[in-house]
Amino acid sequence: MAGKDDEHSSQANPDNRIELERQAADRKHMADIAQDPPTDPEGQPVTPAQPAPPRETRVVRNAKGRREVVEVPSTGHEWDGIKEYDNPLPRWWLWTFYATIVWSVFYVVAYPAVPLLTSATRGVLNYSVREEVASEIQRFDEANAPVRARLLETPLEEIATDPELANFSTHAGRAVFETWCAQCHGQGGGGAVGYANLLDNEWLWGGTIDDIYTTIRHGIRDPLDLDTRYSEMPRFGTDGMLDRTEIAQVTEYVLQISGQAHDTAMAGEGAVVYEDFCASCHMDDGTGDREQGAPDLTDAIWLYGGDRATINRMVTTGPFGVMPAWQERLSDADIRAVAAYVHSLGGGE
Amino acid sequence: MAILDKHKIIEKNATLLLVFSFLVVTIGGIVQIAPLFYLENTIEEVEGVRPYTPLELTGRDIYIREGCYTCHSQMIRPMRDEVERYGHYSLAAESMYDHPFQWGSKRTGPDLARVGGRYSDEWHFDHLVDPQSVVPESIMPKYGFLANRMIDPGHMVQRLRADARVGVPYDDEMIQAAVADFRAQADPDADGSELLERYPGAQQRNFDRRPGISEMDALIAYLQVLGTMVDFSTFQPDPAR
Repeated sequence: MAGKDDEHSSQANPDNRIELERQAADRKHMADIAQDPPTDPEGQPVTPAQPAPPRETRVVRNAKGRREVVEVPSTGHEWDGIKEYDNPLPRWWLWTFYATIVWSVFYVVAYPAVPLLTSATRGVLNYSVREEVASEIQRFDEANAPVRARLLETPLEEIATDPELANFSTHAGRAVFETWCAQCHGQGGGGAVGYANLLDNEWLWGGTIDDIYTTIRHGIRDPLDLDTRYSEMPRFGTDGMLDRTEIAQVTEYVLQISGQAHDTAMAGEGAVVYEDFCASCHMDDGTGDREQGAPDLTDAIWLYGGDRATINRMVTTGPFGVMPAWQERLSDADIRAVAAYVHSLGGGE
Repeated sequence: MAILDKHKIIEKNATLLLVFSFLVVTIGGIVQIAPLFYLENTIEEVEGVRPYTPLELTGRDIYIREGCYTCHSQMIRPMRDEVERYGHYSLAAESMYDHPFQWGSKRTGPDLARVGGRYSDEWHFDHLVDPQSVVPESIMPKYGFLANRMIDPGHMVQRLRADARVGVPYDDEMIQAAVADFRAQADPDADGSELLERYPGAQQRNFDRRPGISEMDALIAYLQVLGTMVDFSTFQPDPAR
């Protein structure tokens, strides 16, 4: 409590008015009671009722199964009227607790448990999670071994005509696709902006199953694979090979050959720019070159988008899409299966 | 039991209580602390694990700053389904230079322990800027601002020194060259021979394909090295672990 000198309890502080009034009322009330103690109708003094003492009993079942009220023993500890009773723990809890202790003894003996200087005790069961996962993987590999061996022997083009292999590649290949490929090419192979759609007939690097197999194996522009498919579209704007006007003109020309709305006069100028800078990869007629991964510019299928702004941006900054090589991560059988799966999606040639 | 009735003696002698409490805490402390002194013996020796390059280390700091670990673990457990999906199960040695490790315990997103090389830099860029543009069902937030925050590598020397002090084997040469290595790794035209000598297998390129070294460069460099240091075609697991 604050002292008398504290301004919070000062008489002068108006904020203390209610508190001070209450204290004054309490004092007056106590003085009134001391002067004139309350009495009952006969004039005898009345003592206020005391609260009932806490119950020191609990309900138990006796030997006959009847419920019985017994007194709870006290530990004899008492602090300011608070007593410590000696209630037992619930039986179910106690026995579960004992059971876990017993279980831990068996566990320590049976399984790797006690850390030593360089390793842990192995346990009498000789359990090893590494061996377990290795044997588990081996079990599945062995189950798949015959069909995988046949998949490796069969030429890629014949997979689709072999019912067993076609069935295997559709399911195993799809599992591989959804684990490793779907993040870019979409769950169903529909692609995304900058990531090729695998369902249509347009292929950047070729759509035969051999082409698809090579692409998956070595990737596209993978910096870590020496045999990766590689080409690089120049950054015509960024590197100053074309000025803004020329880029705008060639953009109009690309809009023209892809059959979109365009500025005819500018497209005419753009045709010259195209001839000089683009035709060596995208070909004179704009149908592209699969040897270099140069897409067909005359159809309505676009990797990044076919609107004016996107074409302009692509000519300016030069796209550089990368697909990782998978030969290090996936087995050859898996690559064959997923190649067959992708080939079967609809656009395969 | 008679001995249990004697606890009053301990309870009534504060010094005795203090001494016994200290003894009990000491036992608990020894059990927890003592193994740390020989922890290195328990880490299986694996070839290929090297300290992070300055750029990767910066990316790792950004990874921690942005709280990536709250949704992504970096710990492939030894179970067939995880090995099939993510690759070889994680080894203790692969995070021996992580302070702190990023194993995590929550996978709202996928495990990232072996995400290195799995996607292209371009994908990481697109995905960090707008995750839903490549994975429509993703609930990951957008991190496009990383591309606009340039990094001044002035602090790299102290950063490496701090890790060296807690046991990462950065030698004096690495620490002195920290700023140069930081810049070299993000510049495809720089001479990277010294960088490669110090950090074998470090990938050198402009990760976000934009001018300058941004936090995006650093984060992608970090993601692209995750889980790629150990060559599992030659690794022989010790079944006793």
